[in-house]
Amino acid sequence: MQTLEAVLAGHAFFRDLPHDDLQLIAGCGSNVRFPGGMRLFHEGDPADRFYLVRHGRVALEIASPDRGQVVIQTLGEGDLLGWSWLVPPYRMSCDARAVELTRATAFDGACIRRKCEADPRLGYELLKRFAQVIGQRLRATRLQLLDVYGTRG
Amino acid sequence: MAPRLFRVRRITREIHDTVTLHVEPAERDGEVSFAAGQFNMLYLFGLGEVPISISSDPAEPRVLAHTVRAVGPVTNALCRLKRGQMLGVRGPFGSGWPLREAVGGDVVIVAGGIGLAPLRPILYHLLAHRDQYGRIVLLYGARTPRDLLYERDLARWRGRFDVQIEATVDAADTGDGWRGHVGVVTTLIPRAEFDPAETTAVVCGPEVMMRYTIADLQKRGLPPDRVYLSMERNMKCAIGLCGHCQFGPTFVCKDGPVFRYDRIAPLLKVREI
Repeated sequence: MQTLEAVLAGHAFFRDLPHDDLQLIAGCGSNVRFPGGMRLFHEGDPADRFYLVRHGRVALEIASPDRGQVVIQTLGEGDLLGWSWLVPPYRMSCDARAVELTRATAFDGACIRRKCEADPRLGYELLKRFAQVIGQRLRATRLQLLDVYGTRG
Repeated sequence: MAPRLFRVRRITREIHDTVTLHVEPAERDGEVSFAAGQFNMLYLFGLGEVPISISSDPAEPRVLAHTVRAVGPVTNALCRLKRGQMLGVRGPFGSGWPLREAVGGDVVIVAGGIGLAPLRPILYHLLAHRDQYGRIVLLYGARTPRDLLYERDLARWRGRFDVQIEATVDAADTGDGWRGHVGVVTTLIPRAEFDPAETTAVVCGPEVMMRYTIADLQKRGLPPDRVYLSMERNMKCAIGLCGHCQFGPTFVCKDGPVFRYDRIAPLLKVREI
């Protein structure tokens, strides 16, 4: 059976991180499983975790009074879910629901933060990597906002 | 160049504002050969003429399909045509997709919205000549699940094991029953399986979507001279005379609509052209 460290080493997000760093991060992780339809978290919940999706699909949703639950993005195998654990006020910014049976590695945000505070080099490295993910999501959101397939007028 | 008379043989309602007109030459045994990526000028008498890509199989020259979205007076009238009615057709015009250049390598097709229409002929061709190409990937983005074109084709292609079909929508309500991806089409690029060193990418959609797509394809390692895109401009004469579709030193109707990205990259950065 593959160790969590080996799983992390094989993932693009953690690529080229030194073995010691992977060991530290893996120490805050555990494998989790969500049946289809299960809520992972709600908007406003404490952001005490982030996930590396290993299998399945998760929908990020925002509740809208006139439209119900609006799916704004889905994440699948290999995607990173959750960055709110990294910055105050440590609150989830949307709802998340497993669309189908989903397996993931969950990381304890407080545990990782403590290790980052103790080792600023690791903290900076992780921050750079998360900033890339946040940047990609921001670019995608901008394109989404443009509503390029809609008709004008 | 005078339009030829064509008859509407069949109409497929694709989505709420878009239909596919299957038209055939009015004369007996008429045929129109075309290259995947080319367009025709469709003419409605007394109303006007619009450029519409050919969206059918190039191996079937007797009945041509044109997928039309109702966005103006002519396209609205085209969408109201009935079986048996006549229209004028000039064409085919313009450059096609790089079918020969892509032989032997992987092909990534990225379509946004109605941009799938000019790309459908290349898919028909690739699948009919499957052994000549490596991996074939279609990444298709639409506005909502109700805006996805060619559902029957998509379902059929998904049923094959030798092509990767990924569709996404920009937004979905949970009531839509959509269980696929949600997110812009560029979010599919990291999931696509291809070898960037041996890949040709063909892209069609709104210009902003194509810019974002090209940036993400390049991030995956695709060189600019392996990316082709279909440009849309105000085409009128379709033979490079009137200048309506001038795009820098080129005419989209004559030199395009399919361009190799590295040849027009500087033009795409110009704000008003």
